[in-house]
Amino acid sequence: MQANPLFTALRAVGAWGVALLLFFPLGWLFLTAFKTELQAIHVPPLFVFEPTMDNFGEVQRRSDYLLFARNSLITSVGSTILGLLIAAPAAYSMAFFRTKRTRDILMWMLSTKMMPAVGALVPIYVLAQTAGMLDTLPALIIVFTLSNLPIMVWMLYTSYKDIPNEILEAARMDGASIWTEFRHVVMPLSVGGLASCGLLCLVLSWNEAFWALNLTSAKAGTLATLIASYSSPEGLFWAKLSAASLMAIAPIVVFGWFSQKQLVQGLTFGAVK
Amino acid sequence: MNRFLPRALMAPAVITLFLWMIVPLLMTLYFSFVTYNLMQPGERPFSGLENFHYFVTDPDFWPAVMNTLLLIGWVIVITVIGGVLLALLVNEPFPGRGIVRVLLISPFFVMPAVNALLWKHMMMNPIYGVLANVWTFFGLTPVDWLTDVPLLSVVIMVAWQWLPFACLIFITSLQSLDREQMEAARMDGANAFQRFGYLTVPHLGRPMAVVIMIEMIFLLSVFAEIAITTNGGPGNESTNLTYMIFKQSLMNFDVGVASAGALFAVILANIVAAFLIRIIGKNLD
Repeated sequence: MQANPLFTALRAVGAWGVALLLFFPLGWLFLTAFKTELQAIHVPPLFVFEPTMDNFGEVQRRSDYLLFARNSLITSVGSTILGLLIAAPAAYSMAFFRTKRTRDILMWMLSTKMMPAVGALVPIYVLAQTAGMLDTLPALIIVFTLSNLPIMVWMLYTSYKDIPNEILEAARMDGASIWTEFRHVVMPLSVGGLASCGLLCLVLSWNEAFWALNLTSAKAGTLATLIASYSSPEGLFWAKLSAASLMAIAPIVVFGWFSQKQLVQGLTFGAVK
Repeated sequence: MNRFLPRALMAPAVITLFLWMIVPLLMTLYFSFVTYNLMQPGERPFSGLENFHYFVTDPDFWPAVMNTLLLIGWVIVITVIGGVLLALLVNEPFPGRGIVRVLLISPFFVMPAVNALLWKHMMMNPIYGVLANVWTFFGLTPVDWLTDVPLLSVVIMVAWQWLPFACLIFITSLQSLDREQMEAARMDGANAFQRFGYLTVPHLGRPMAVVIMIEMIFLLSVFAEIAITTNGGPGNESTNLTYMIFKQSLMNFDVGVASAGALFAVILANIVAAFLIRIIGKNLD
């Protein structure tokens, strides 16, 4: 297509404009984290100021950021690993040993994800309480795993399905056991799918707020609960709030930047090539 | 062996998911027929349909159903239309496209709790917020977002989070649009609008279905954005079903009524699910 240079330039400017506009709230959060409280509520808003690092230390002193960060890390990594261990064999079985019921089982799994979490809130709360697991990390790991499981099975299923059956049959003809087949044929061919599934699970668990807020308090709280605790007092302390928020989202946002392509590819459930 | 192994592999996922679904559901079903308040320990007498009656006749009920549907509907409309337009904008190469992509996707990774606080304070505060300053700059009266247009405020926050997701899926899909076909259509005299209408839009049909499905799953249970910003108010103007049930159970301690409400949410979810499964079922194979 012969591109009109003016049109191309306009298009680039437009794209940059929209991208910066959408990114602005995050950029503003970043700037505010380095302001003093007075600068943070300055009218008109300050774009140039002398940055301070005080807020970050203050957040750690006031609410033990590191404890919450550790909890977030343990629960998201834990639920990702547990989820992959349960989902991968299931997806494998569905993709390569298809029966008439496979499709129904997949649909049913997805439908459990559509059940609103709030419907299960009271029962899960009561169960966790009875088992003495309220405010513990294992409880959160289990709940995160289960709520991500349907999506994980789906994502893995679609990535396994793309592996041609002939390759597997060739391996079987050569006398490969099911484990060898899984380990040396299926795994290497589906690393991409496995990775994007794990990434998504990591992001979802890290950001999960509903269960984290309702099942934990002081001991097992994740970063989402730390941030929510900053919502109650009415005082204006935006700089500290921004610092805490920045510390809560920075790891996963930076992580997301590097893995975005993989992540989005996986999320399309193979319906978009 | 050949019949046993596939089932054994599938069993952990199927069994855990089944328990995850059926145990809470049965407990909810039981709670919804008894009088059960966390503040009044002791026996839980059978109360028939009283809880359901109470929940449905709650003046907040229909507004909550409407708000749930409005929230889902608006966010989907905004993200699908905005996402397609944005994807078309960044589809052709231009300087810094990689950075633009990174900037665009960022809001998707922000946890809802931070999203909510960020918009509530730094953006939408009627005095010190950025939006208020922009409004004043143009000589307008700043809007008190969370009080005057609470549901719209929540829609803005949620849409800001999901627009990047929709956009990236459409970008991925546009990359596979057949360029030669496009060129051929252009040679045959199809103008930009015709090419868009007859080639691009049909090509984007499947990704749209995917975006709508995934967003519906997550938007049915929007919680943090409401709990942290408006608390469902003022009045019930931004209360969705999720938040209403949460309020019943953990703030009014009425498990019975909350459970009845939860069953309504499950029914609503199933209606939506049945509708969705028909759309995406075609995309399965």
